[in-house]
Amino acid sequence: MAIDEKMLEQILNKYPAKVKRNRKKHIVIRDIEKGAQEIEANTRTIPGIITNRGCAFAGCKGVVVGPLKDMVHIVHGPVGCAYYSWGTRRNKAKSENPKENFLNYCFSTDMQESDIVFGGEKKLAKMIDEVVEIFHPKAISVSATCPVGLIGDDLVAVAKAAEKRHGIQVLAFNCEGYKGVSQSAGHHIANNILMEKVIGAGNLEEAPSKYSINILGEYNIGGDSWEIERVLKDIGYHVVTVMTGDGSYEELKNAHIAELNLVQCHRSINYIAEMLEIKYGTPWLKVNFIGIENTIKSLRNMAQYFGDPELIQKTEEVIARETARIEPVMAQYKKICEGKTAFCFVGGSRGHHYQGLFAELGVETILAGYEFAHRDDYEGRDIIPEIKSDADSKNIPDLHVTPDQRRYRLKISDEKMAELKKRIPLGNYKGMISDMKDGHVIVDDLNHFETEEFIKILKPDIFASGIKDKYVVQKMGIPSKQLHSYDYSGPYAGFNGAVKFAEDISMAFTSPTWNFITPPWKNKPLLDGKIVDEEAS
Amino acid sequence: MLDSTSKQIVKRSGGVINPAKTCQPIGAMYAALGIHKCLPHSHGSQGCCSYHRMHLTRHFRDPIMASTSSFTEGASVFGGVANLKTAIKNVFTIYDPDIMAIHTTCLSETIGDDIPSIIKSAEIPEGKLVIHANTPSYVGSHVTGFSNMVKGMITYLAEVDVEEKKQQVNVIPGFVNPGDMREIKRIVKIMGIDSIVLPDTSGVLDAPMTGEYTMYPRGGTKIEEIKDSGNSLVTLALGSFASSDAAKELKRKCNVPEVSLKTPIGVKATDELIMSLIKKFNKEVPYELEEERGQLVDIMTDTHFHFHGKTVAIFGDPDIVIALTEYILSLGMIPVHVLTGTPGGAFEKEIKAMLLEAGIRANVKAAGDLMELHQLIKNKPVDLLIGNTYGKYIARAEDLPFVRIGFPILDRSVHSYLPVVGYKGAMRIIEMISNALLERADRDAADEDFELVM
Repeated sequence: MAIDEKMLEQILNKYPAKVKRNRKKHIVIRDIEKGAQEIEANTRTIPGIITNRGCAFAGCKGVVVGPLKDMVHIVHGPVGCAYYSWGTRRNKAKSENPKENFLNYCFSTDMQESDIVFGGEKKLAKMIDEVVEIFHPKAISVSATCPVGLIGDDLVAVAKAAEKRHGIQVLAFNCEGYKGVSQSAGHHIANNILMEKVIGAGNLEEAPSKYSINILGEYNIGGDSWEIERVLKDIGYHVVTVMTGDGSYEELKNAHIAELNLVQCHRSINYIAEMLEIKYGTPWLKVNFIGIENTIKSLRNMAQYFGDPELIQKTEEVIARETARIEPVMAQYKKICEGKTAFCFVGGSRGHHYQGLFAELGVETILAGYEFAHRDDYEGRDIIPEIKSDADSKNIPDLHVTPDQRRYRLKISDEKMAELKKRIPLGNYKGMISDMKDGHVIVDDLNHFETEEFIKILKPDIFASGIKDKYVVQKMGIPSKQLHSYDYSGPYAGFNGAVKFAEDISMAFTSPTWNFITPPWKNKPLLDGKIVDEEAS
Repeated sequence: MLDSTSKQIVKRSGGVINPAKTCQPIGAMYAALGIHKCLPHSHGSQGCCSYHRMHLTRHFRDPIMASTSSFTEGASVFGGVANLKTAIKNVFTIYDPDIMAIHTTCLSETIGDDIPSIIKSAEIPEGKLVIHANTPSYVGSHVTGFSNMVKGMITYLAEVDVEEKKQQVNVIPGFVNPGDMREIKRIVKIMGIDSIVLPDTSGVLDAPMTGEYTMYPRGGTKIEEIKDSGNSLVTLALGSFASSDAAKELKRKCNVPEVSLKTPIGVKATDELIMSLIKKFNKEVPYELEEERGQLVDIMTDTHFHFHGKTVAIFGDPDIVIALTEYILSLGMIPVHVLTGTPGGAFEKEIKAMLLEAGIRANVKAAGDLMELHQLIKNKPVDLLIGNTYGKYIARAEDLPFVRIGFPILDRSVHSYLPVVGYKGAMRIIEMISNALLERADRDAADEDFELVM
């Protein structure tokens, strides 16, 4: 069943007029004949709408900063914000020295009423002192929660004073939850501070080996980054740092030495990618390690960038070896999944990335969207000059960097760059919409009401989203796959990840548990013989 | 695991490390879900609502519906009046609940939004209701938030419209699972007494799979029942931290006498619940219940050598921990560390009184955190740890058998369907404790000591 503009209108008619006008702009039915289609994104969610979105704090501490394992991350505020971002995202990390991995700890200043009234700066300073004394971290982050901004606690000043006392970096993130319109504001705030204070603080001037790269916007959910690194290392790449899955402050300081930056999640980290290019001359390449074809394409594009025949050959060898190993397994799973349809609504990249992997299993993504993306994530980066900034986005400062006089170095010549840009997504992301087929639906900031309505009409076989709508969908008898936490499975990235995903999706389709939803007494009349008799009489 | 936690305890005052509590609004959201056809509403930033829905969903593995005022920087500066009015209008038009239960957040509390006056000036459709509770995150804990929302239900809804109190009991079950609320209702029903249990998340957060999703499942306390609670003969507040304020409000507003009891975990607390019912309603205890009690005591005595004399660390929410400690003592086990993250002197006082009676000395701590609990255990090791999911880090670090009871449990399932309250719940707790200890004995036994019968 497809959806057309008329049906869409009918769905939206349930909304009050203002809401209808607003939501209409966030929904696009793909029409290739129309060419470029515009979608509204990164604007306010209307109060009262049951949205999946979170806040700037979640995007900053929860997503970008929190995974840095060798830092202590203090949350300044009442206890909740620290509590909910403790161990819930599945950004895995391991350290040779377990005393340099603090991810199983949760630090909150636990502000009380008196702190709100009289200010919480002293308590925060105390917390920093205690953390240094007990944990001896290499650096500390301090993230602000909503009331902190309102009462005027000066995080930057407290952090600065603490740096003086303890001789380690203390980073202040003013990521109060009310800033911006979603997690996206927090990504931006985190990017700015990490770029300004951490990246480039290391002493290394040159990469220790050939083919040194950073992986940006990869958070090692369920071990994704480990699978990607396995393949990259096998080919001969040296990974300087991962931002920020299994990432470390120590490695991040030397991110400036890489020859190429890979961008996995465009939304959360494109700011740093761009700034690294301006400041150090390191280009970035949009990659997608979700799905076999996309992984292969990304590996080939990387090899093209370096242009070394030996690297290209090794890349092909690894691809051949990996595909030979997993293709027969994938074929088995494809038999189960073939012909099915999916909704794919995730944060800021996975809503796009997983469509390829679904397609490899014969599953067509008929509706997709992002929770907190901007227009460029849908329409491609070419649209950026046209995006008007509004009051909410203006509140998030842009960090402007300039070329580093000592360290700026062109990694490849301008001519080579121009030539490569024609072939590979170097410094570019073309967005989700161009990959979607005619008639398919793109929804920004999908909400509960629309979820129900679209499911009724389009009847997908699987719904890929998060924990908040998972059980809503499953109550309808439709399997739902969490693509934020992978339902505690994974990795899903790279070659082994594709197999794991295929296995999990097949399990969702074939679980016998779905067969018991209707009790037998509701399926058929229990005493059909008698009914005939009664009718006869 | 937790390798940076040392045995040496350094006194801290800068905040909490590995908290044993969370903030008020999540408790208010949970309580509001226990009203039939109610949509909880979070007046603050989107992140609060999102975090609370996520955490509750992980615990219950069922849909948690709630809306938000979606504050932006502008709302934070100028106040959230417009946001809340818009939200109220949209919620009733789009999601059509019978009642909206608003709770505040640290943001709207710091701003000082006056919720009652916003509600008064909002467009509320005929026949629909909006109630509220102030739940500043910087006071108390999630248990306080639960308590405040239940009190709010009474303040807004409870009425007296009969001269003589009806032969019915109000039961405020406290911050427990739908499986527990179901069990409490069953016990009162077997006693032949009409009851109003509020809030009641059974049938909402343990709703059956039918192949059809409904935003408002069959369960939950009906608005009519909450109104009628003012006519009841007595209110039983189970767990003083979560339930007493609402019971006191019923006394104040509707002159319904209040009896404050423990959460009915274990034989003694369940006996007290039943004794209170007998006293107020002049009822005989039916054989069915007496049989259950007898079964429980049979199990307690038959298996006492599985757990007697074992030392225990218990942490969690105050009402649950108080009752659990009492039950642990009834089993002949020895509490060594007892901790809650929720502040409150009453917790320490009540636990200490129990320990004194039992002649046991233990570390008892309110407003504590799990870093402290871990260090206490390092200094005085125990045989068993009981608490919510967050205890698993300590259990692994110290290689302790671990029984999960309380909120939240994020890494195991089915717990929200089955009770820990009542005689049946007490049996279940013995099963969990015995199994944890016996599994450990099996794991650690040398081949020649590995027993078939235990």
